[in-house]
Amino acid sequence: MELLSGGEMIARALEDEGVEYIFGYPGGAVLHIYDALFKDCKVPHILVRHEQAATHAADGYARATGKTGVVLVTSGPGATNAITGIATAYMDSIPMVVLSGQVQSHLIGEDAFQETDMIGISRPIVKHSFMVKRTEDLPIMIKKAFLIASSGRPGPVVIDIPKDLTRPDAKYEYHYPETVKMRSYAPAQRGHTGQIKKAAKLLLAAKRPIIYAGGGVLLGDASEQLTQLARELNYPVTKTLMGLGAYPGSDRQCLGMLGMHGFYEANMAMHNSDCILAVGARFDDRVTNTVGKFCPGAKVIHIDIDPASISKIVMADIPIVGPVQSVLTEMLAQVALLREKDSSLPDKTALSLWWEQIEEWRAAHGLFTGRRFSESDMIMPQQVIQSLYRATKGDAYITSDVGQHQMFAAQYYPFDKPRRWINSGGLGTMGFGLPAAMGVKLAFPDMDVACVTGEGSIQMNIQELSTCTQYDSAIKIINLRNNNLGMVTQWQDMQYEGRYAMSTYEDSLPDFVKLVEAYGHVGIQVTNLADLDGAMDEAFSMKDKLVFLDVIIDPTEHVYPMHIAPNGAMKDMWLSKNERT
Amino acid sequence: MRRIISMLMENEPGALSRVIGLFSQRGYNIETLNVAPTNDPTLSRLTLTTVGSDLRIEQLTKQLNKLVDVVKLADLTEGAHIERDMMLIKVRASGAARHEIKRTTDIFRGQIVDVGPDIYTIQIIGTSEKLDAFVAAMSDADILEVVRSGVAGISRGEKVLSLEKRF
Repeated sequence: MELLSGGEMIARALEDEGVEYIFGYPGGAVLHIYDALFKDCKVPHILVRHEQAATHAADGYARATGKTGVVLVTSGPGATNAITGIATAYMDSIPMVVLSGQVQSHLIGEDAFQETDMIGISRPIVKHSFMVKRTEDLPIMIKKAFLIASSGRPGPVVIDIPKDLTRPDAKYEYHYPETVKMRSYAPAQRGHTGQIKKAAKLLLAAKRPIIYAGGGVLLGDASEQLTQLARELNYPVTKTLMGLGAYPGSDRQCLGMLGMHGFYEANMAMHNSDCILAVGARFDDRVTNTVGKFCPGAKVIHIDIDPASISKIVMADIPIVGPVQSVLTEMLAQVALLREKDSSLPDKTALSLWWEQIEEWRAAHGLFTGRRFSESDMIMPQQVIQSLYRATKGDAYITSDVGQHQMFAAQYYPFDKPRRWINSGGLGTMGFGLPAAMGVKLAFPDMDVACVTGEGSIQMNIQELSTCTQYDSAIKIINLRNNNLGMVTQWQDMQYEGRYAMSTYEDSLPDFVKLVEAYGHVGIQVTNLADLDGAMDEAFSMKDKLVFLDVIIDPTEHVYPMHIAPNGAMKDMWLSKNERT
Repeated sequence: MRRIISMLMENEPGALSRVIGLFSQRGYNIETLNVAPTNDPTLSRLTLTTVGSDLRIEQLTKQLNKLVDVVKLADLTEGAHIERDMMLIKVRASGAARHEIKRTTDIFRGQIVDVGPDIYTIQIIGTSEKLDAFVAAMSDADILEVVRSGVAGISRGEKVLSLEKRF
């Protein structure tokens, strides 16, 4: 058997695991590992400019590909800088393995230079973590970390590695296990057949059904099965912010996103339905509005790989724990069986009445049928997303930051394919978009990758423009610039009588065009609507350039619909500044 | 309702902090906590008592089960079980009180495990309720110190919390 040092073991194990990229930043505690990577490792390393960006880039890569993102950071500040990115991945259940350096074993607990208790700090935001005690344990620990991160409900796993365990002169036998078993870790392999049968029956008996699809459908690669089920039954589908792309967004049966800024027709259909099929969704507070008033007439079928997600917020009438793909496959078979026996299922008359009602809602206030935003002398943010959709033929990878621009992108760019919409849904991390786009572009270099952002969010990780220069990352950044923290000012307009407490920058914003040019990229500013489409096309025509489109938009626009809270139900929405349901 | 939740957990550093952390992270209370190794050196047994509605306890046990270090878990209060809490209580025992304290201790089937000219240290084993009752019965005495082990529990009959399936 081969003898390797701890550092060499890590380099080799990442190769053996089939890792495509390491996103990281070197420092004292990980120098042995970096030297091993430098000497002999086929996995390319992407040097970011801040560890938070390493985690977001790995995260974006993971969301787009379904593979586990890998991060390597040093101890102390390197590790703490990675925390926001780990929390982001945790909230959205993204598979990630974070290798953090630690001070030498004998110094642990002595407040050594660049020491921090990474295992302790990261504990509430990881799926699991390992502290390496013996160099010989490294291969099996790394194997376990990848298994835990990527299986069941995915999530980030931290491996904390004291520097002395990676030293080049201490060599041990290396063997990377093919598989690994853990007695205390066994995610559900399939759903309960009896429950699936019951669910199929309830689903077919429904008169006002709706399918509510979440991010779990994408994580569980079940879009195909979900689409097939919806199409066979002609049932309407709504998706969460995390589930966009789980069902084709431009399809007739798609009612769009639901929730706080969801489509009118989606929220109305949810509220009035008699049967909700929730798939890989978790009834988040941004979906339900007031839980006590949530969908009063609906029976709930809830499919999720994580038993703790079921009946956490809303009681499930039929809970099904299992991988969404296999459960939906089995449900399709059960539905077919039941319909063979009784071809009148589901009730066609009831269903056509239901669709009539939905079309009525759609016609009244639908995002794409009604006139949902006013036009002004300035460019409206919605128009920018529409222009982006047109220029990319709806087929780009879109990452986003957090705020109004995120909601506009979610509403006005219908995603037809899974894993195309990359955003921080659970944690709502500003600064996510740019590094995430870098990660996506590495995975799909020939695809259009655009980051929709605002002047607030982009400045939270703007240093990554330099990383993009180093690795020729030809992403497009679409800056919806309203010169204030848009979502904050929207809330201040609605709830604080327009007092813009610290949500404007006065005259402190940089000249973004000059700024990106300083990094070697292309900047284009757009102020007139007439120039928007042309500029957008020009940006995407430059295949090998990062282009920053600085679009000056109407600073007063709000995102609508918006749930009325507190004490509102799904159906209670603001439809515009002075119009409500 | 009060629950006794008992689990087998990997005897690994950090395992306990994951369990405890979950409680503060998700807003649950721990009333008592007891952890010790088992006959299997790779496992520790942790028993805790907490109070909550059925729904909340169900959510809590699901979250605990998700922890990779938690190998097996049971809510002992779901079935017949035995629970024991141990208390050491140091009281001032002089003059007329000395005899009274001895009598009360006997009634509770406690033992005086340390004796000084003015001090008794009493050991009482039983349910938490019994221990509470003893402290209440000693309300006239001058209690100097109380230390309790926290509840340890085990199911009655054939039911076993172990790695092997025994049925």
